[in-house]
This record gives sequence, structure tokens and C-alpha cells, in this order.
Amino acid sequence: MELTTVWFVLIAILWIGYLVLEGFDFGVGMLMALLAQDERERRVLLNTIGPVWDANEVWLLVAGGATFAAFPEWYATLFSGFYLPLLLILLALIVRVIGIEFRSKRPDASWKRWCDVGIIIGSFVPALLWGVALANIARGVPIDAKGEYVGSFFDLLNPYALLGGLVTVSVFLVHGAFFVALKTTGGIQGRARSFAKRVALLAGFLTTAFVVWTVARDTTAATVLIGAAVLIAFIFGLGHAAADRDGWAFAGTALAIGLLTVLLFVSLFPDVMPSSLNDAWSLTVDNASATPYTLKIMTWVAAAFTPLVLLYQGWSYWVFRRRIGVHHIPA
Amino acid sequence: MDALELARWQFGITTVYHFFFVPLTIGLSVLVAGMQTAWWRTGNERWLRLTRFFGKLFLINFAMGIATGIVQEFQFGMNWSDYSRFVGDIFGAPLAIEGLLAFFLESTFLGLWIFGWDRLKPGLHLACIWIASLGTVFSAFFILAANSFMQNPVGYKLNGDWADGTGRAELTDIGAVFSNKVLLVTFPHQIFGCFMVAGAFVAGIAVWQLVRHPDRDADAFRPAARMGAVVLIVAGLGTMISGDFQGKVMTEVQPMKMAAAEALYEDAQPAPFSAFTIGTLDGSEPLFQLEVPRLLSFLAAGNFDAEVRGIDSLQAEYEKTYGPGDYRPNIPVTYWTFRMMITAGAVAMVAGAWILWATRRRRTPATRWLAYTGIALPLLPLFANSFGWIFTEMGRQPWLVFGLLPTEAGVSPGTTVAEVGTSLAAFTVLYGFLAFVEVRLLMTYVKKGLPDADPPVVSDDEDAPLAFAY
Repeated sequence: MELTTVWFVLIAILWIGYLVLEGFDFGVGMLMALLAQDERERRVLLNTIGPVWDANEVWLLVAGGATFAAFPEWYATLFSGFYLPLLLILLALIVRVIGIEFRSKRPDASWKRWCDVGIIIGSFVPALLWGVALANIARGVPIDAKGEYVGSFFDLLNPYALLGGLVTVSVFLVHGAFFVALKTTGGIQGRARSFAKRVALLAGFLTTAFVVWTVARDTTAATVLIGAAVLIAFIFGLGHAAADRDGWAFAGTALAIGLLTVLLFVSLFPDVMPSSLNDAWSLTVDNASATPYTLKIMTWVAAAFTPLVLLYQGWSYWVFRRRIGVHHIPA
Repeated sequence: MDALELARWQFGITTVYHFFFVPLTIGLSVLVAGMQTAWWRTGNERWLRLTRFFGKLFLINFAMGIATGIVQEFQFGMNWSDYSRFVGDIFGAPLAIEGLLAFFLESTFLGLWIFGWDRLKPGLHLACIWIASLGTVFSAFFILAANSFMQNPVGYKLNGDWADGTGRAELTDIGAVFSNKVLLVTFPHQIFGCFMVAGAFVAGIAVWQLVRHPDRDADAFRPAARMGAVVLIVAGLGTMISGDFQGKVMTEVQPMKMAAAEALYEDAQPAPFSAFTIGTLDGSEPLFQLEVPRLLSFLAAGNFDAEVRGIDSLQAEYEKTYGPGDYRPNIPVTYWTFRMMITAGAVAMVAGAWILWATRRRRTPATRWLAYTGIALPLLPLFANSFGWIFTEMGRQPWLVFGLLPTEAGVSPGTTVAEVGTSLAAFTVLYGFLAFVEVRLLMTYVKKGLPDADPPVVSDDEDAPLAFAY
């Protein structure tokens, strides 16, 4: 396999890691508005992601850095072209961090309420906009002969991309609720389970529509198979949710999110950012890439350290494997 | 203002702001790890209480660092897309490696440290904060490697020219990038700078507590104040020595920056160093100037008789090399930030010495002035860090990558004034608000004093409450 292909795959993997992990962080954040009935339950929700959310977010930083290093043209066009959505995502992520980290640092109820607002909005906005952004990348955007994005902010708000955004929001809600069901005990666990089942129908409907649309845009044996696999994974999760097998239900949505990301990247390849104006102006793994020398070094570094990262990040999930309930929350 | 100027302001504001939190994160993670190690070794509870106290302040600061950190990586692409295209082959690699090697370590092991008091055996729990500290130091190395390339490009070849819109710099030798002489002197200078901030932070807060509440936990705050002061002074000496090396490398690779640091227009042999100038710094005769003869020669070349090139002759030389243009950085900014960096660092060291003297032989100082000093002290090395970076980056102008890419050629061609203006305004407002929140929180927890020791119990009890929860 050529190194450019290797890095295309690695960046896809980083996005899968980011969306699967931060997907439930965003879901839990949004559920602060929907599931918790009192202060203790809100704290239970927050503490399910407490020890791990930060490392989950690093997947995004590494995905961004890897794109910069391996495909500088892709990084440059994407980040300058999607300026306002990225700005909104950045502001939302900042507000979310502050909400999560500073919420418990002051006793007054109004402070905590504002932090909750920050966490909820700071989770909803990126959940929506990452879907919009990724769908736009797959669909193609106006890129000129110099590789510059020449569309406007509103070009990014097309029906396909908006559907992509709704898919990420709704699937992250279900994914987050499955995670809460897996990580908690008591009343909140029951509510997470029933909430997930209700929203899963909507999420399943939106995902099906999005998958069909994606496959229709780019119909190959691979996309048909992967598209089908996304839906099967989702149904697999729902099936287990019906029997309250929380771990398997969560695995189902994790798999569905991962496969959905695979579907977008497969439909993209060998482009990295197709131009909707002229095929010849599309950014591809070849014309957007770094030099073979840089890719080779990066491959060595990734090969040496990624297993280590997976190992210790996995270990941290193991350390904090215990389910928590309101009785675990200190005063 | 055009998009270029707005983008420069945005980079300056967001980066200087982000860098308020970075040095303290790097330095304080080690000092907190040291305190916890002292508790682990001696079992003395005062060290555990200090660990928890400064650990809390560390985490408030760290949260701000994370919150403002993602912007840093994104804005290269958002506002500086042509720069990203030009250097991506070289600059992207250290950034990606920083994420993979440093950020994962920091975030995962800090999560384990914060929440793991009752989940991990004490030795393993202690190891977590040390590993997280190591991550912060890795992070400094890789990002400085990227920055050092901008100061002194090495290990690359040019493929085409930036002017035709297709050229870029391509990596030919990663070893050269990681052994860039600018990196080798900047890395220790920066790490010492981080320890000055952390030492001053610990010393300042502890001495404030000592003076204000002499009857409350003096036996813990006295050693903390002394520990902080010693770290501050030792790191200060390290900063001076590494800074001296740095000055010589800078004179070699960016002589214009050294000339701008002194506002030296004409070549001089030997060259004096002015501590202070009243005047315009535009090369005209100053109204008043306090000069140390021959000192600039020593700073620039390690020799009191050396010649130091002036701005005018370098300008003439650069015009010959790079074509017509103005190759002078903003002289008043470089001149004054250079001096403010040195002054703030030096005053902090003096204050550190005062704290050591005032707390000698188990004394508890009672001077009000020492309490005020304690309040101001953490800010001094912090601002010295900011001034140093403003000097370094402004002194590189008009280049983005020295000698290769002018700043104006790096800005995103497609972004509009409205876009950059919106984001500049949004970040400035949000950051201003967050500064207010952060300072209030820090003050609240500083005033509270030491928490109870509450020694952690590692248990397998499924129903035990969490040792730490948000």
C-alpha cells in the first residue's frame, strides 16, 4: 500500500476514534438537559465521562495534526474553507471544557446552572457541526483551481450536510444514553435505557436516510456493503438494548458510528476533498499529500506509539470501569 | 484593518493568552508531583495537604490551558492556510507527534491522577502525575521544534517559490529539525522559564498565606514558600545562562533580531547595552539613555570587543539578498519587550531571595510588604514569558519563516475581514470573560488555605463514595 493511502486510512481511524469516544461525551453532555432530575444525578452523568473526556478530545487534536502533517493542502483548504463552522465548534468546545471543569468549583446553584448550559450547548454544537462538516467533505464543496474554498458559509448548509448533522446529534444522543446505561446504576440508568430506545427510532430513521443518500451518490460494492453494515450494527445495538444488555448495545452504536465514518471515507477515496466545480480541481491523496520522506517518518512514529496510546488509554477505562450512582457522589 | 492585520492580532492574542496557562502547567505539574513524592516518602501529611491545595490550583489552570489549546492547532489552517501549505510538510510533523506523544500522555494520566486517588495504589497514583509532567515537557519540545524551524529553517529543500503560489518547503532531514541549534537553546530557556513561573506561583501564594495567617498551617506553607523560592532562583539562573546562549545563537541566525533588541542602527564595535532609553528609538539621538558599555558585544558574541551589526547595514544586506523591502521588525516593541522580559525575571529572583531570607531558621515573616510581594510575584515570571515570546515572534518579522516566507504571504487568501474580525472579537470577549472567572476561582481557593489531609483509601468497596467527583 502506498504511504498516502496508509495515511488516508490512519486519518480515518483517528476520526473513528474521535467520533466514537467524543460521541458519547457529547451525548452525555446533551443528556444533562434531558435525563437528570436533580443535582446529584447531573453529577452522576458528568462523572461518567469525568476521567476520560479530555483524552477523548485529544483524538481530534491528533486527527488535525495528522492531516496537517500528511496532507497539508487538505488541512489548509478544509480549515480555511470551513471557517465559521470551525469557529463555532472551537467556541463550543471551550465553553464545554470550562463547564465541565469549573462546575464543581463553586457552590452556588446559579453557577452550576450556567455551567450546565455551557456543557449542553458545548456538546450539541460540535455534535451537529461535525456531522455537517464531514458530510460536506464527502459530498464535495466549491473548490477552485488553486485548491481554495470559494463557497460561502451557507453553501455548507445544504440538505445532505444538514441531514449528516442531524444524524450525528441523534446517534450521539443514543450512544451517550447507552454509555450512561452502561456506567450508572439506579433511577438514571433506567431512564437512560428508555430514553435511548425512544430516540433510537428517530436516529435509525435519519441514519438510514443518510446512508441510502450516501450510497446513492457513490454506488459501489464497497459502499453498499459498508452502508448495510452500518445499519446492521445499529440494529444489533438496538436488539441488545431491548434486552437491557448495556455493553452490547453500546458496542452496537460504537460500531455503527465507526462504520458510518468508514463509509464517508470510502466514498471519498482517492479524493480527500472533492471539488463540486470541477473534478480536476479536487484535492486527492496524491496532490494534497506531504512528501514520501515525511510520510515515512510519520508512519514510523505512528507505528511505534499508537499501540502504546491505545494500551494506556484502554487501561484508564479499565481503572474507571465501576458503575456509579447517586450514592457514590460525595457531598 | 485588513484580514492580514486582524489575523496577526488574533494569533497574538490567542497565543499570548494560551501561554499564560502553559508555563504554569509544565512547571507546577512537576512541583505538585514533588510534593506528592515528599508525602509518599515521609508520610508527613502536610505534604499531602500541599499536594491537594496546589493540585487544585494546577487543575483550574490546566483546564484553561486545554480550553484555549485547540484554537492553536486550528488557527494555522483557518487564518494561515498558505503558510500551512508552504510549511506543512515540515511543520505538521512535530504538531502531530506532539498530539500523539504528549497530549495523550498528559490527558490520560491527569485523568487517572485526578480521579484515581481511591482506585490506584499510592505508588502507581504518584507515577501518574510524573508521567503527565513528562507529557508536558514532551509537548514543549515538539512545539518548540516547530517554532525553531520558523526562526531558523533547517533540514529542508525548497520546491518552487512561494511567490508563484505552488512552492513549498519540503523536509529532507528530520534529525536536523530536532537538533536545530535554535531549538537546543530555546528548549532549556523555556523549561527554566516554566519553572520560574511555577516556583514564583508556589512561593508567592505560600508566603502570602504565611503573612496573612501566621497561625494557620505555617509548618506547611513555610517549606512550600522556601521550595518555591529555591525553584524560582535556580530556574532563574538557568534562564539567564540558557538565555545567554540563546542570544549568541540568535545573533548568528537572526542578527536583525539582536540589533532590534537594542535598537542599534549602526554597526558598533564594541557595542553598548542600554538599560533604559527615553526617546523614539528610530535612530535619532535619544533624550536620555542609561548605557552599559560593551555589554551588547558580550551578549551577542561572548566577547566584550566584538562587533555587533546594526539595523541599517542589515537592512541594506537583506535588500541585496531578498530584494527590495523593509526587513526591520517593530523596533520599540522588540526593544522594550526584551528589557521587560529581563527586568520581570530579575525582580522575581530578588523577591525569591527575600522570601528565603524572611523565612530563614523557621521564621514566620510578618511584613505586610511581603504579602503584597506574594500577590505580585506569580505574575512577574509569567509576564516575562509573554514578553520573551512577543520579542521572539515580533523580532522575526517581517518573516513568518525567516528568509523563506514573508508574513503577508502566509495568510489565508480566501478568508474575509468579516470572518477574521468575527473570530477575533469572539475569542477576545470569551477569553476576557474566562480570565475573570479563572482569577476569581484561583483567589477563592488560594484564600481557603490547605484542605484537610483526608488520606486516600484504596478500596474495592463497590459502594464507597468517589474520592473525587466533579
